[in-house]
Amino acid sequence: MQRNAVRWGLLALFADGPKYGYQLRTEFDARTGGTWALNVGQLYTTLERLDRDGLVAEVGTNDEGRTVYAMTDAGRSALAEWFATPVTDTDRPRSELAIKLAMAAATPDVDVAAVVQAQRTESMRQMRDFTDLRRNADRDGDDIAWLLLLDHLVFGLESEIRWLDHVEATMLRRQRRTRTAGRAARPATPDATGPATGSVGGAVTGGGAASAEHRTPATDGTEPVR
Amino acid sequence: MTDVVLRFTGVSRTYRSGDSDVRALDGVSFDVEAGELVAVMGPSGSGKSTLLALAGGLDTPTRGAVEVEGTALTDLAAVALARLRRDRIGYVFQDYNLVNDLTAAENVALPRELAGVRPRAARREAIAALARVGLGELAHRFPDQLSGGQQQRIAIARALIGQRRLVLADEPTGALDSETGEAVLEVLRAHVDAGAAGVLVTHEPRYAGWADRTIFLRDGRLIDSTGPRATPDQLLGGRA
Repeated sequence: MQRNAVRWGLLALFADGPKYGYQLRTEFDARTGGTWALNVGQLYTTLERLDRDGLVAEVGTNDEGRTVYAMTDAGRSALAEWFATPVTDTDRPRSELAIKLAMAAATPDVDVAAVVQAQRTESMRQMRDFTDLRRNADRDGDDIAWLLLLDHLVFGLESEIRWLDHVEATMLRRQRRTRTAGRAARPATPDATGPATGSVGGAVTGGGAASAEHRTPATDGTEPVR
Repeated sequence: MTDVVLRFTGVSRTYRSGDSDVRALDGVSFDVEAGELVAVMGPSGSGKSTLLALAGGLDTPTRGAVEVEGTALTDLAAVALARLRRDRIGYVFQDYNLVNDLTAAENVALPRELAGVRPRAARREAIAALARVGLGELAHRFPDQLSGGQQQRIAIARALIGQRRLVLADEPTGALDSETGEAVLEVLRAHVDAGAAGVLVTHEPRYAGWADRTIFLRDGRLIDSTGPRATPDQLLGGRA
């Protein structure tokens, strides 16, 4: 996925004329605001592949003896198609955060609320820092590519924080439901459903420990559940 | 030298509800310096509005102290407190709270006239304040002749007029679209950058991003706060 993005990103740089290798790196850096560290090896490998696939072709050397490439007709139509095709991000949801929270929610003795809050604080800190950069970019510059990229980061963080709020609310709701269900179900089926609901509660927060105590069924089925 | 405008020291506020006490705020301490905008976030019922009411002297803490420019609000007599609230503290609410029978300029001039400034001088100040929020042309319109975003900017001009060192904003972008919300934040931010202290209660992360610091409330407690800024290199390096 990442390799693909670099390939298309580099090809797009040829839209306004022939370029040599190192020039591509500088321009790629400028357009992505340095957010995508592109190493020289990756640059030349990608350029070779574009050449091999007939999307760019050598058109000679410049005054300094560097090989200059230009976009071919095939490259031009491939690029047009790339712009016309929406991104279907097959990497989703392979983010560390998604995995971390999914694991936290299902791992006993993990305080999910604390995991959520630590992330929320960090995401909010980044939100502030990117908002600073964005305000400066909006005020001082006419670099629209940089501005849109910062917007992308800001909106990404916004959705991340909203999602964290949602995770927290979902956990709380389930906790309450588990408690209520436990209360209703216990007298009728003291043994069978107790551990099952208890384990959901136990996985959620420290509060689950309390419901775990109640797994011990009362002999008369009238054990009070708080 | 830090110039603390608002200081909370171990502030608690308990309300009586039936037979039990509800602790709306529980041992909250933080400072807001001149030139600093602090955002307050937290789920509903976490104490955000209580915090703002206490900061503005609209409510009194059960324990702890709230100081504005070094003066503990509880030490002030009613008249002095009212004067401080009127002259030094500006409020921005979600629903603007404009007087519909007064023009934009008259709304903005109102707190100055109440402070004893003569009507013509107050009016001049009001028109200058409206110009600063980009509404100089609309000074003679009534609130219902203006859009939500324009009304909120009038409310902000009113909150910022005079020598207001402390601005308290309660979901000021609540009813506004994204573009207009940003315009409101811009005005607020500019006033803070010019030396005021600001507290912004919001549930919108994107607007909280305009603050220098965000503090998080949960069940009346201050549970966390965003740390210092990263350098651009750290910031973008981390994303790369």
